[in-house]
Amino acid sequence: MIRVMLALLAALMALPVAAQDSMPPAPYAYNQLEDPAKEAEAAALMATLRCLKCQSQSIADSDAPMAGDMRHQVRSRILAGESPAEIRSWLIARYGDYVSYEPTVSASTWPLFAAPVLVILIGAGVLLRRLGKRRSDAGDAA
Amino acid sequence: MIAEIGLAALWLAAALAVLQMVSGGFALRSAEGAPNPMAIYARPAAVVQAVLAVLAFLLLLYAFAITDLSIKLVATNSHSIKPMIYKLTGTWGNHEGSMLLWVGVLALSGGLLAAFEKRLPERTMGATLAVQGFVALGFYAFLLLSSNPFERLPVPAVEGVGLNPLLQDIGLAIHPPTLYAGYVGLSVAFSLAMGALLTKEVNPNFARVMRPWVLGAWVLLTFGITAGSYWAYYELGWGGWWFWDPVENASLMPWLAATALMHSVSVLAARDALRTWTIMLGVLAFSMSMLGTFLVRSGVLTSVHAFAVDPERGAFILGLLGLYIGGAFTIFALRAGAVAEGKRFSATSREGALVFNNVMLSAILAIVLLGTLYPLLTEAFDVRVSVGPPYFNPAAAIFAVPMFLVMAVGPLLRWKEDKPARIQFEMLLVAAVLIGAIALVSFFGNFPLLPLLGLGLAAALAVAAILPLKGRKLTRVPVATWGMVLAHFGVAVSLFGMACEGAFTQERLAAVAPGGTEQVGDFAVTLQSVTPVAGPNWTAIEARLAVSQNGGEPVILAPQARNFWSPPQATSESALLTRWNGQLYAVIGNQAEDGRWQIRVWWKPFVTFIWYGGLLIALGGVLAIAGRVKVDVKRRKATAMGDARRADLDALGAAAPVPAE
Repeated sequence: MIRVMLALLAALMALPVAAQDSMPPAPYAYNQLEDPAKEAEAAALMATLRCLKCQSQSIADSDAPMAGDMRHQVRSRILAGESPAEIRSWLIARYGDYVSYEPTVSASTWPLFAAPVLVILIGAGVLLRRLGKRRSDAGDAA
Repeated sequence: MIAEIGLAALWLAAALAVLQMVSGGFALRSAEGAPNPMAIYARPAAVVQAVLAVLAFLLLLYAFAITDLSIKLVATNSHSIKPMIYKLTGTWGNHEGSMLLWVGVLALSGGLLAAFEKRLPERTMGATLAVQGFVALGFYAFLLLSSNPFERLPVPAVEGVGLNPLLQDIGLAIHPPTLYAGYVGLSVAFSLAMGALLTKEVNPNFARVMRPWVLGAWVLLTFGITAGSYWAYYELGWGGWWFWDPVENASLMPWLAATALMHSVSVLAARDALRTWTIMLGVLAFSMSMLGTFLVRSGVLTSVHAFAVDPERGAFILGLLGLYIGGAFTIFALRAGAVAEGKRFSATSREGALVFNNVMLSAILAIVLLGTLYPLLTEAFDVRVSVGPPYFNPAAAIFAVPMFLVMAVGPLLRWKEDKPARIQFEMLLVAAVLIGAIALVSFFGNFPLLPLLGLGLAAALAVAAILPLKGRKLTRVPVATWGMVLAHFGVAVSLFGMACEGAFTQERLAAVAPGGTEQVGDFAVTLQSVTPVAGPNWTAIEARLAVSQNGGEPVILAPQARNFWSPPQATSESALLTRWNGQLYAVIGNQAEDGRWQIRVWWKPFVTFIWYGGLLIALGGVLAIAGRVKVDVKRRKATAMGDARRADLDALGAAAPVPAE
């Protein structure tokens, strides 16, 4: 009996989710903005936002309903005059850093930005060692 | 019986790998010229092992072809009504099958090396085969202990689950096998590098043995990545061709290392320079192959936590990675000092340019490696970050731009030492083309920096690629040089395609009623009708789009939205209209409440050049191999003729005093 109740409860809880999925997509999920400049702004932003329901896809390349909703959010906010940076930080505040493909320097990401500098230094070091000094062909193997 | 024979073949192959390893190891203990009696088994063991591993793979292929539902792997990944081609390709569309393909190619490469390579000293060959056997053994163990592809079900399944519909495409027949062959071809480069390091025989002869393997693997990797990129482009329905996805990066990293290795091994063969550098890249290239396999096969990419919950397979490969990469670099660190550095050269020489670009390729590799692994690292500490194109594009460009500039002039420089003043006309020409192209493009519009730089560099590289032919008699240019020219030109073509796609793509997303028309670029797209259609294992709605360029004769495109029922999944089948100067990409989406249909159409100018370029690069590699083989055959023939003449002379000389019979 309890099991049946539980199953029923689970089914009831699942209902709103199912309803959400069958709802028509929000107007701007699959439609562009009229103004090409604003649409370009929105498209550039959408290409750098992660679809949270997919594996490694931006919201600009996904058919997931959630990606559609997020596209709608981005386009309607751009239309309302918000800047891409504002929208990005709004989404980050809501979903966390994970939603943005554009890492910013922070306590958890600084190695990503230190690395290219380090690689440049190491590369320069290797090149100087190999190519810097002109040495004779006689070969003083080091 | 089939599954049992396959399993037995795998166990036997594993046993032979042990024999190959031990026997090859004995070769190291023999003095040169006095072969160790225990060392004679390595070659035959490698050959028979190859036969057995390939046999195991063919048996699994057969099991998939007849949909033997008593085998767990077939039941969970195949379906009796799937078209035959996808039954066959489905063999490697899953974890166990793809690992068996991996191991089969590994054994086959080892077998080919053992059977046909006679130029290396026996001690180096023994050491090489021992390393190859050691690597193979680890992966046999992985397959047999944690990923048995031949496992039976207690009760045969009534019907199979089916294959992921995204994989039911001809792309699955091409992309994974070529990529795997490339990955694993690098294992031979790795084994040769270790073998030469162990016997300290790092010299041009060794480089000539290694070169065809590196070139072959590199060609296959290039082709595999190109095919994979095009597959993702048309299959996923959004027109993206590269997203710096970890899986894509996993294939790019071995390619970057192999590209550096290929150039380095050529310098070693031609000039006896860059000995330790070549060995290091040989180790690095296969390490990246194994890392790629780990990333894709361990499930660590889906979620680090899922990996931590069921770590058996992942931990196994991680252990193998640690053992092989750690072991190889330890031996490298211990032995590298004993290998003389080779011939010296000045900074302004062809070797100098190659070294510069190898460092740049390694730097890009480091960036890609870090960007791929960093999110996994932070996720382990419950901090989730995403690293995507906004990071990879500029970070890679820091190193790619100087690399392309040096690549333009490098082939014009002489070996060993050169004066930049000698090629100042060429340098000025390349610089003029670069600046001219950038100025011209900026004149017509305001484009982002990277595509703009890409366009300029593409133009400059295209000119620079054919400059090495200047002043030479074209009929006398060696085939291998043609290969270089073609491959470098291919880089320019590919770069041009990428930059155009980035700068000039036009997109139109709209809800259209039947009869309605949308405009994208020069094309008017009219939705004529939407009809249901059915395939062997799917149903779909198909749109008929009449596409007319500048009011010309319309062409019909028929994109589909398919619903597969086993496993249930929806896919978008894009429809492409290819013109010489680009592609029109059309997708049909859902129906809106008011009865209109969502359509997505892109005009992507010169996007096809990305893959044409990739094919040119691969073709350049093929020419390089052909050229080397031709020279080799000629040399061998000349040596054989010389030997024959000498033998004749000896016979005559010896015959003179002693009358014949």
